[in-house]
Amino acid sequence: MTVRYAIWAAPVALVGCSGPLSTLDPGGHIARDIAWLWWGMFAGAGLITVFVLVLLAVAFGRPRETTQKRWVFGLGLWFSLAVLSMVLAAGLWVGERILPRDDGAVTVRAHAFQWGWEFAHDGAGGQLVEGEGTLHIPAGQPVDILITSQDVIHSFWVPRLGGKIDAIPGRVNRLRVQADSAGRFDGLCAEFCGLGHAAMRFEVIAHDDWPPADPDATQDRP
Amino acid sequence: MTDAPNPNPPPLSDGTAPADIRANPPQRALQLHRELARVWANDRGFWGQVTAVSHTTLGLRFMATAFVFFAIGGILSMLIRAQLATPQGAFLDTELYNQIFTMHGSIMMFLFAIPMLEGLGIWLLPKLLGTRDMAFPRLTALGYWCYLFGGLIMLTALLFGVAPRDGWFMYTPLSDATHSPGINADVWLLGVTFVEISAIAAAVEITVTILRQRAPGMKLTEMPLFAWYMLGTSAMMLVGFPPLIAGSVLLEVERAFDWPFFDVARGGDPLLWQHLFWLFGHPEVYIIFLPAAGAMSTIIPVMCRTPILGYGAIVAAILGLVFLSFGLWVHHMFTVGIPHMALAFFSAASVLVAVPTAVQVFAWIGTMWKGRPELHLPMLHILGFFLTFVMGGLTGVMLAIVPFNWQAHDTAFVTAHLHYVLIGGFVFPMMAAATYWMPLITGKARVNGLGEAAFWVILLGFHGTFFIMHLTGLLGMPRRIDVYPDNPEWMSLNLTSSIFGFVLTIGFAMFALDLILQASLGKRARRDPWRAPTLDWAMPVPSPNYNFASLPLVRHQGGPARDVIQALARGIGALAGAPRGRREVLVTSAGAARPCHVAVLPGNTALPLVLAGSIAVFVLLMLASLYAIAAVALLPVAVLVWIWVRGMAPLGDLHAVTIAPGTTVPVHHRATRPTLAQSGVHALLVADGALFASLLFGLAFLSVVTQGPPPPPALVQNSSVALGLAGIAAALALGAGAARLLTRGRAGRWASWAGLVCNLVALVVLAWLVTQLDDPRAHARDALRAAMAGYVGLHVVVAGAMAAFTADQFRRGEISPHTGVGAIPAWASWQAFTAITAIITAAVFVVQAGVA
Repeated sequence: MTVRYAIWAAPVALVGCSGPLSTLDPGGHIARDIAWLWWGMFAGAGLITVFVLVLLAVAFGRPRETTQKRWVFGLGLWFSLAVLSMVLAAGLWVGERILPRDDGAVTVRAHAFQWGWEFAHDGAGGQLVEGEGTLHIPAGQPVDILITSQDVIHSFWVPRLGGKIDAIPGRVNRLRVQADSAGRFDGLCAEFCGLGHAAMRFEVIAHDDWPPADPDATQDRP
Repeated sequence: MTDAPNPNPPPLSDGTAPADIRANPPQRALQLHRELARVWANDRGFWGQVTAVSHTTLGLRFMATAFVFFAIGGILSMLIRAQLATPQGAFLDTELYNQIFTMHGSIMMFLFAIPMLEGLGIWLLPKLLGTRDMAFPRLTALGYWCYLFGGLIMLTALLFGVAPRDGWFMYTPLSDATHSPGINADVWLLGVTFVEISAIAAAVEITVTILRQRAPGMKLTEMPLFAWYMLGTSAMMLVGFPPLIAGSVLLEVERAFDWPFFDVARGGDPLLWQHLFWLFGHPEVYIIFLPAAGAMSTIIPVMCRTPILGYGAIVAAILGLVFLSFGLWVHHMFTVGIPHMALAFFSAASVLVAVPTAVQVFAWIGTMWKGRPELHLPMLHILGFFLTFVMGGLTGVMLAIVPFNWQAHDTAFVTAHLHYVLIGGFVFPMMAAATYWMPLITGKARVNGLGEAAFWVILLGFHGTFFIMHLTGLLGMPRRIDVYPDNPEWMSLNLTSSIFGFVLTIGFAMFALDLILQASLGKRARRDPWRAPTLDWAMPVPSPNYNFASLPLVRHQGGPARDVIQALARGIGALAGAPRGRREVLVTSAGAARPCHVAVLPGNTALPLVLAGSIAVFVLLMLASLYAIAAVALLPVAVLVWIWVRGMAPLGDLHAVTIAPGTTVPVHHRATRPTLAQSGVHALLVADGALFASLLFGLAFLSVVTQGPPPPPALVQNSSVALGLAGIAAALALGAGAARLLTRGRAGRWASWAGLVCNLVALVVLAWLVTQLDDPRAHARDALRAAMAGYVGLHVVVAGAMAAFTADQFRRGEISPHTGVGAIPAWASWQAFTAITAIITAAVFVVQAGVA
């Protein structure tokens, strides 16, 4: 498995932003919305950094007559408030778009333990299909994952399909992900959970047919 | 009241003297110096280091010790980087790796950053405010020893391979007795809490020193910005540390005695730990940033040869930060499953906190525009601050945006962000501060060259390590993993970070070497080498232990420091010399800094070391799970505290002191305004109230938010329990009334005895009541109620001891019109506080248990 990954990943690592766990290589609209949010904030942050550095460089000229009003209120208060309001509004908008809602989306279960994952979804005959290490979801539609934990706090994360949410004992957390097309995606535990944390990986397989007739006959990576 | 003749002009009606004090006649500077040096000097030799209580000695020692811990934490970070340099990193095994990253974070937070800022405040504030020492010199020393011993306990655990291993925020259930057997987690909980004694001590004395020991006439609204920053910091420490202390104590009690505060199966909630931890943890970020920003606001105007732009706006920004920082802890918990609208609120608050920060940054840049910046070494570090901190602040705004946080949380992106903020917002300013104040510390001028090289190596090493770490995180690398065999795409990024990490370490080593060279080989520094406008430079270099031969008057403040060095050294200011052979400082009113009285500070003593040692014995016994013996070990602690307080008895000359022609004020025993100790008790009670509020928050959280099993039917349903609760409240209220009568002078020594009896009655009833409560191991809410009963019990014990102490003072004749009121005001405050918390606790019990 390691070798296959290495061969696959080496060329795209050069591209920079792709990778089996890259948030910048989204596999569905939820991760894509967040990636766009990132690129927007990144551009803005770059501009502001350059702006501040220019202000600093210019400060090394002759002393100038200048007013407190311009710096403290103009830049400190109004400029920052304007920028922050925009970012906050964008964040709220994206957040509302990607939240789980009661729209009859397919629901699957993920149960974390030290150190691994149990997954379950409804099969064709209504029976529960359970398994360890591989989560099956339908492709091309939003999927809600009900996340629970057996022992300590873990965190469910499939970077290419959406954000993460913690698996907390005594609680059921709901996370929405979406894969635009069928394929395999990597997932991991993001919250430190002890000795086996680094190896607490899993795989997500998105299927065109749902429930999958033959879960093992899977598509290659998109 | 005053024994001196001719009080002219007469004291104001509120017990203060006017702030415009006449100058003292000049004396010979050398004679004054000898007189003061004799009184204020540390004892000689090694023993002198043991008994020192001087803020200069201890402030520097705090900072030096913190720097040693910084080096140790840095070495640990190099081990982490070596492990992560390659995907298979077979360098450390996972258990050890977990201990190392946990210790790296814990050391940098609790043993480097906080003690460093405490040290800077302790060392600098008295000099900046124009006084001779901190308000409670023995407390400074106690704080230092607690810090050192707590830190050594944690380091020793690392050497023996039993260091904490659950991450520096110790999330339960990973850190509970089931999932983290052994003493590793106990080392963290007990060690950090031990160290936090020093944080509370520092917060109390910094608050009191700033409010009550400013030079006469230095108005609160005109004091140096650094003091405003430290006032904000200490206020945040007083309110921010108690939730951490509460959480640590609860988790330790859960581990030791199986009280299920955080156990889901018995109605507890692991999220309660997260709330308590981040209620501390986020203000903590600003606790670290504010002193650094204070140093910036002090140094930038000097480097730019102009006054700061927007003093008032910066003060407003500080107050805004202090307020806002308590409203955004949840942004560390965006992924725990909180409803989106609640997240939106905390997201907005988190974003909003960037505004006061931006106000300061732009005020600093505006100051640079207004003035003519000179590129001395401190200014280089300040530029390093700007570059790094602005980027860290911007990634902080990104992380405050909920959807992005869901992706970036717990990844290397966060690791990069927090290092940008902490190294940019704290380490660079501290390096600027170190290079700026070194002449005052050592009396030596800098050796040119190495410092500049160190700066560039650090800047390069830092950004080389952490800039690409943002990308590593966005490519999906989580925090706290030790191997990544399936992700070769992270390798080149990690290898780059590791290489530059070693460059960064070399840079810090060069920085340390530069300081050592300056201290050893530097040429003699001139006085006030930076031509600064603040009082810290209005003294010889290196600074003498007493700081000022005479305390600066209004005319000495605000102008160039070098113009007043001579005048102050010749005793022209207030309270010149040490003619009474004791350590005297002037206590002033909080707002206008009008003289109130002269406080006589304690001299060198080993008592702080002994007390800290006895607390260390208690901590070690707790670590060894010898709980019965540990309880007994509290006895010597109590005895030492009693001896400590006995040290404040009114001895020697109690006559009023003429601090300048026409201005005579009483000594503190006979003061009509609150003394330093009384102000200190009030500051301590603020922290104590925050501790109580943390417990209340916990109970409310478990009752309202947690959806665990319901508590078993309460046993406390009979009216005798209600009667008992009422009895405790009534007894404590009576005790508070007796103490209040005493403070108003309307009662004699009988009131002390009455207060003692009231507390004893309350204690006996409480002990009976505890036997009636449900088993605290049954359910988390029972456990928290028992914890609240324990809290009240502890306060009743202390209140009773204070009543007994005043009775003893009456017996010794220390409470009289000639000797003052002794510990009565302190007892009265404590007793009232105890009564209030008992009444609230009783009300909560009644409401929650449904007592008829």
